[in-house]
Amino acid sequence: MDNTTITNDIQFSDAAMAEIQRYISHYPPDRKKSAILPVLHIAQAEFGGWVSAEVQDKVAEILGITPIEVYEVATFYTMFNLKPVGKHVLEVCRTGPCMLRGADQLIEHLEHQLGCKVGGTSADGMFTLKTVECLAACGMGPMLQIREKYYENLDPDSTDKLLDDLRKE
Amino acid sequence: MAKITFDGIEVEIPDGTTILNAARKIGGDVVPPAMCYYTPLKGSGGKCRACLVKVTAGSAKDPRPMPKLVASCVTPVQDGMVVENTLSPQVLEARKGVVEMLLINHPLDCPVCDQAGECDLQNFSYEHGTSATRYEEDRRTFEKQDIGPLIQLHMNRCILCYRCVYTADQLTNKRVHGVLGRGDASEIGTYIENVIDNEFSGNVIDVCPVGALTDKTFRFKNRVWFTKPLDAHRDCPKCAGKVILWTRGSDVLRVTARKNEYGEVVDFICNECRFEKKEMNDWTVEGPRHIARASVISANHYELPVLNPQLIPDLPQSTVDELNNFPRPFIS
Amino acid sequence: MGRKILTEHINVPDIHTLAVYRKMGGYRSVEKALKTMTSEEVVEEVKKSGLRGRGGAGFPTGMKWSFLAKPEGKPRYLVCNADESEPGTFKDRVLMEKIPHALIEGMITSSYALGARTSYIYIRGELMFVLRILEKAIAEAYAAGFLGENILGSGYSLDLHVHPGGGAYICGEETALLESLEGKRGNPRNKPPFPAVQGLYACPTVVNNVESIASVPWIVNNTGEEYAKIGVGRSTGTKLISAGGHLNKPGVYEIELGLPVEEFLFSDEYCGGIWKGRQFKAVVAGGSSVPILPAHLFLKTAEGVPRVMTYESLSEGGFVSGTMLGSGGFIAMDDTTCIVRNTWNFARFYHHESCGQCSPCREGTGWMEKILHRIEHGHGHMHDIDLLVNVSKQIEGNTICPLGDAAAWPVASAVRHFREEFEWHVKHPGAATQPGAVYRGAEEAALV
Repeated sequence: MDNTTITNDIQFSDAAMAEIQRYISHYPPDRKKSAILPVLHIAQAEFGGWVSAEVQDKVAEILGITPIEVYEVATFYTMFNLKPVGKHVLEVCRTGPCMLRGADQLIEHLEHQLGCKVGGTSADGMFTLKTVECLAACGMGPMLQIREKYYENLDPDSTDKLLDDLRKE
Repeated sequence: MAKITFDGIEVEIPDGTTILNAARKIGGDVVPPAMCYYTPLKGSGGKCRACLVKVTAGSAKDPRPMPKLVASCVTPVQDGMVVENTLSPQVLEARKGVVEMLLINHPLDCPVCDQAGECDLQNFSYEHGTSATRYEEDRRTFEKQDIGPLIQLHMNRCILCYRCVYTADQLTNKRVHGVLGRGDASEIGTYIENVIDNEFSGNVIDVCPVGALTDKTFRFKNRVWFTKPLDAHRDCPKCAGKVILWTRGSDVLRVTARKNEYGEVVDFICNECRFEKKEMNDWTVEGPRHIARASVISANHYELPVLNPQLIPDLPQSTVDELNNFPRPFIS
Repeated sequence: MGRKILTEHINVPDIHTLAVYRKMGGYRSVEKALKTMTSEEVVEEVKKSGLRGRGGAGFPTGMKWSFLAKPEGKPRYLVCNADESEPGTFKDRVLMEKIPHALIEGMITSSYALGARTSYIYIRGELMFVLRILEKAIAEAYAAGFLGENILGSGYSLDLHVHPGGGAYICGEETALLESLEGKRGNPRNKPPFPAVQGLYACPTVVNNVESIASVPWIVNNTGEEYAKIGVGRSTGTKLISAGGHLNKPGVYEIELGLPVEEFLFSDEYCGGIWKGRQFKAVVAGGSSVPILPAHLFLKTAEGVPRVMTYESLSEGGFVSGTMLGSGGFIAMDDTTCIVRNTWNFARFYHHESCGQCSPCREGTGWMEKILHRIEHGHGHMHDIDLLVNVSKQIEGNTICPLGDAAAWPVASAVRHFREEFEWHVKHPGAATQPGAVYRGAEEAALV
């Protein structure tokens, strides 16, 4: 089997393709592979918050590299979800400075409110709860990230309000 | 040319040579061990840290010592460099540490491993390690995985030397396996159960320093020390056709590439030679192969037990000391 | 009030826009450098300033620049390290978020000094919202003629791009960052060759921290000599300190190097003291990888000399009784802090972030985490404490990149200064595993 020419049904939107081409133009023409991280971010946003093997194959095709080169990268960096996730992925910082300011309690609170453990998804499919390492918000902990947004200085009340708002979205 | 002093021995080598290769030019016991570096594979080395040495003088121009131990396999020599390997207690201590690290997640089941007897890690730990482990946590485990009909991957044994990755990159035009994941969760794999399938894929078995990648056509057929190695060749349109036949009586049990004294393949061979030519009359036999085995087994040292020293009379004092220096009993 | 160089205008409304930034004197250094100075002269000013790399290592920036190889026919690159991931450090993020043009101006002036025609800002992927801010600001700079072809008619051209990471602390190590920028796993490279000779795409490359680059415009505008007048001795200029942990006023503060630590920690101008009226127990002064110090050794050296915020003063006493300024990630801990839990948390971080390439770090970081997890959860043995220190020694100095050291130091220093607390955890697992349990000295421990 020729593994480099897998074609599949994955199609990026025109807007996403334009964004991908913009990133590719940032690097020398023979260094398209450099765009792999931005392209994976775009792919993840485009296809439901995770990158399946098929999506990764498509990324390889766009960048003119072999699929394994994409798998190697996608599995190295923690921001890429390799399995389906809930509608909102809550990424709670658990590292030292946030822990000192109550990250453990925030995680416990979220587990209780969502009815799932870290790594799991709430029964209604709305929320996936993840812990992550330091997000450079140490003075504003405890905090969590949802997509491109930081929610900082959280306490139980503001956390509950955040969850309510997200449920309504 | 550069002149360097390695463990007190002067040697002259071309500029740009690595410290390790300078030591190999001297040869013998002073040569640092190497678990990941592999001369035929570009870019290999620097990862396992087995070959760490101490540079006590950087060069004639700048004779200051280097602040940290350096990986001799990737550090080029400078004229006037002074290097200590076996002379440096710091190096030997660090190396002991490297052995320990490589073994904490490696199964200690050499007797059932197909690589036993020709395993670089076995030799390395025998020569540089200690005889007991201080690791009491669970070991990392993976399921065995067939990557095609001919090669088995047993990730538990992998030390992540990357040699098989470089081999696939440099010998074949389509690499389908690689290192996935990160940190101690890294693994060699194909991600979507691709089959490693091309004419030179079998070479990943030869370059693997441990029993992580093994030849499925040979697995458990025999212990390597019961087999008789013969140099042989055939006219092969794909590769040099120069191999070693591992035989028992008139049966060819296994075919491998020929390796030099440092375990490095001299000529990579194709899968046809390796997997399909298993009859004696496929080959022109040149004669017995001399194996420069620094193996634990051929050195007949395998009886050294990892047991309570009190139970065994007549252990050398050094071994007793070593065993007694451990913080906890070996048998509880 | 200390002098502000980077954050003077941080509270000016709309300072993130080019118009307001210009009004506050922004982009003057670009005009000055490109029109009136040679690139060598810019390098010379930065050398004279004594500016030291603000990412953590503190290596003189001008000297780093002067190592850059300049072979014919090969492009040179400047890459800004905006992969700020060191626990305790969030200064670069705040600077980029609030005053993106400060970094962009610095990138243009610095790229000119180095002769780079394409430069990259490698920002950690989690900070995608900051990337958007930077990209908007870069577009403004292009439109105003500060980027692109023939900048301000000077004949110098520069393209500047922002590149997002994907979630990996290790990419803050400069060679891992370059690998990542090339679209690979963030595995640090063996050195030599150094990036100054073979960096991005095997071309000569300088990698500098955000804060270092953002300091260059002031140096160009006011001369390196003036910059060197700020600060103390070899610690010149100002430094952004990210203050976090148990403080009344956490946040990012720009200080003049040489500020007394006591003033920084307790005065209302800065951190405002320890929160909730509690006692000051310990501090990690320069990002999670530097050695932790108990309060008394942080405020004064072992000889009783009050410490000041400089590279030299904080490292007074070496690793026996000192620490490092590092990246300026300041994590204060009050007297309810469990040092064992904190150390386990840091060890877990380094285990999680080890790239897995070289064996001492890949295996050792996980081993340390597991031992600390056991001690923290009441399953430790006395010999584990020495084992921990020994494992950290087996990692330290023996790895490809400094992550090994960064993982080893917090563990070794915690045991060095708080051994009793580790022993208490082992001896009294029942008490130590109670929620909120904390060791408060030998007398109380004896009561348990």
